[in-house]
Amino acid sequence: MNSILLWSLVILGVLGVIAAVILYFVAKKFKVEENPLIGEVESVLAGANCGGCGFAGCHNFAEACVKAATEKKSLAGLNCPSSDMTKVAGILGLTATVQEPMVAVVRCNGTCENAPKRVHYEGAGVCAFATTLYAGGNGCPNGCLGLGDCVKKCAFDALHINKETGLPEVDEDKCVGCGACAKACPRGVIELRHKGKNNRRVYVACNNTEKGAIAMKNCNVACIACQKCLKTCPFEAIEMRGNLAYIDYTKCKQCRKCVEVCPRGSIHEVNFPPRKPKAETSESTETNVTNESK
Amino acid sequence: MNPVKTFRLGGVHPEENKLSSGQPIRDFEIPKQVIIPLGQCLGAPSEPIVAKGDKVKVGQLIATAKGFISANVHSSVSGTVAKIDDVMDHTGYRKPAIFIDVEGDEWLEGIDTTDTLIKDITLTSEEIVERVKQHGIVGLGGATFPTYVKLMIPKDKKADYVIINAAECEPYLTCDNRLLIEKPMEFLVGVKVLMKAVNAPKGVIGIEYNKIDVARKLDEIISGDSYFSGIEVQPLETKYPQGGEKQLIQAVTGREVPSGKLPIETGCVVVNVASTFAVYEAVQKNKPLVYRIVTVTGKSVKNPSNFRVRIGTPANMLIEAVGGLPEDTANLINGGPMMGKSVSVMTFPTVKGTSGILMLNTKDAQPRAVGNCIRCGKCMKACPMGLEPYLLKRLSETNNFEETEKHNIMDCIECGSCEFTCPANIPLADYIRFGKNKTGQIIRSRNQK
Repeated sequence: MNSILLWSLVILGVLGVIAAVILYFVAKKFKVEENPLIGEVESVLAGANCGGCGFAGCHNFAEACVKAATEKKSLAGLNCPSSDMTKVAGILGLTATVQEPMVAVVRCNGTCENAPKRVHYEGAGVCAFATTLYAGGNGCPNGCLGLGDCVKKCAFDALHINKETGLPEVDEDKCVGCGACAKACPRGVIELRHKGKNNRRVYVACNNTEKGAIAMKNCNVACIACQKCLKTCPFEAIEMRGNLAYIDYTKCKQCRKCVEVCPRGSIHEVNFPPRKPKAETSESTETNVTNESK
Repeated sequence: MNPVKTFRLGGVHPEENKLSSGQPIRDFEIPKQVIIPLGQCLGAPSEPIVAKGDKVKVGQLIATAKGFISANVHSSVSGTVAKIDDVMDHTGYRKPAIFIDVEGDEWLEGIDTTDTLIKDITLTSEEIVERVKQHGIVGLGGATFPTYVKLMIPKDKKADYVIINAAECEPYLTCDNRLLIEKPMEFLVGVKVLMKAVNAPKGVIGIEYNKIDVARKLDEIISGDSYFSGIEVQPLETKYPQGGEKQLIQAVTGREVPSGKLPIETGCVVVNVASTFAVYEAVQKNKPLVYRIVTVTGKSVKNPSNFRVRIGTPANMLIEAVGGLPEDTANLINGGPMMGKSVSVMTFPTVKGTSGILMLNTKDAQPRAVGNCIRCGKCMKACPMGLEPYLLKRLSETNNFEETEKHNIMDCIECGSCEFTCPANIPLADYIRFGKNKTGQIIRSRNQK
């Protein structure tokens, strides 16, 4: 009995030593010379391979950073939305220009209540497929289908479908603004916008391109292209894109005048403190505030 | 008659449910307003050439083909163009359509509206193809591929066979069957016209065995008249998808269409029964495609019927004519249950591709719990193209479109046999259609570069 144990130990031990020697020489022979900076840079990146930088993964991005630092002495055009670029620049001995943080915004408010479903979908649970079959449960050809292609793509667990509304919700703390969800959405419902001062944002929560009369039938909160916001905006930040108002986040000064005039409640304000009670405050605006400040 | 043949691989046999096969074709009343969608064929939508307020007659050209794969659209009624506006059609989206208010029933001059049979084919091959093109004839089986494209044989190819697809393998649908029973002579002249158009020495009519009485009758007519020499009737096993173009060619001739190629590679031109009849009317009677036979059916429907419907008639009128929408309807389908598509509104206008309007009841359309793939391989056995549906589904689901291309997803004919046979109720065909769509896009963008 003892001899079996002994022999096993000896044989396995010898095999282990032989394998170790082979591995050592192979590792020496086929060693890939890599700039140690790449490893250092990669260690401060998020490591989610989200693709928000435009490269295939974090390692490729780190390589590109090191290459740019050695060749061009600048990190212009390189930005990782999900990690601190100042740290990357620090490792490479450069200074990074801090870019405005972005956040994903769902431009649809066609909840089960606002846009009652008339058609029930039973096929494969992929938005990209469902969009080839029908306009959507409520008939809006641009609205959210609620099957969650964006949720599947999010590497940061920042998107979830709210079962009550049937719409995806962005967790602002987790969202890094990589844009994977925006690319995944077959209808372009999700948009990347500036996170804004104190996380405050004003945006049109609608993606509709149909004429007003049809949009009204499909959804209670659809933008109907009345252009009231356009006329009210003192900063010329609002433009009409077809039948849809669009707020340019680089021009918007967050005065919130458009929110007040919108007759459909399509313009949302997020993370603003509750307004001081005013006599004229319209009903729809109030509901918006309560909806969004949850 | 020849012995029964079938295709080599796969296939399933769904419940036939040919409820309306005994119902004669009835002329459906002309509605007060028709809505004629511009995108009625595979390929580019047509371009309207009429404007609001124009007077049109039956058979008048109202929209012209735009591009090679596209078809002309003709007015199916006489009256005034009310507007050109978007309408929710069978695709589930709002698409442009021509609305015509009906006034009387005045046909365009030069169209023969009588029932007399014209046997003599005076036009040449080129003239026939041109006539088919001008009169907007598309594949009426449901795919709506422009027929004239099929009839234009490339110079280096030769057509040996004209195969008429009379299989009607879709459950429930009976429109082709009724047409063969009621208009056999016209249909057979249509086959002759097609044979002349492509210079094919042989015409074969492929009929499934469940319609053997029709096959025998056609065989009798052919053997009794030397005018029809060259045409033969080929009974086929009752199996889905017997009417698939590639399956039909294989069953009839034993030839296989190479991957990614058109049927003409095998020297075959496949045309549907209703299209053949439309070709007869276009060539011999100068009548454009203004009506088609539609089967309106369903298990709970009071009177399943076959109607001859003017194109553009709203579907809800047809549904009312068979006794209204049954209460237990779960699914309204444009086409048959296997290849047809659910529609999202009841008022969609009937188009050239509407072979049937099917109201599936709750029992048959019940959503079943989807399980996990247990690798039983049933889908592989059922696939008539010899593909691996379970694998294609998984690759499509994970957006691995390089691999789907390697596994020949583009050869899928979207028949849905895999999904029909799956014991875990996985929506295989849905995922594969999605994958095929995406892979096709990638291939097209690569070819453009």
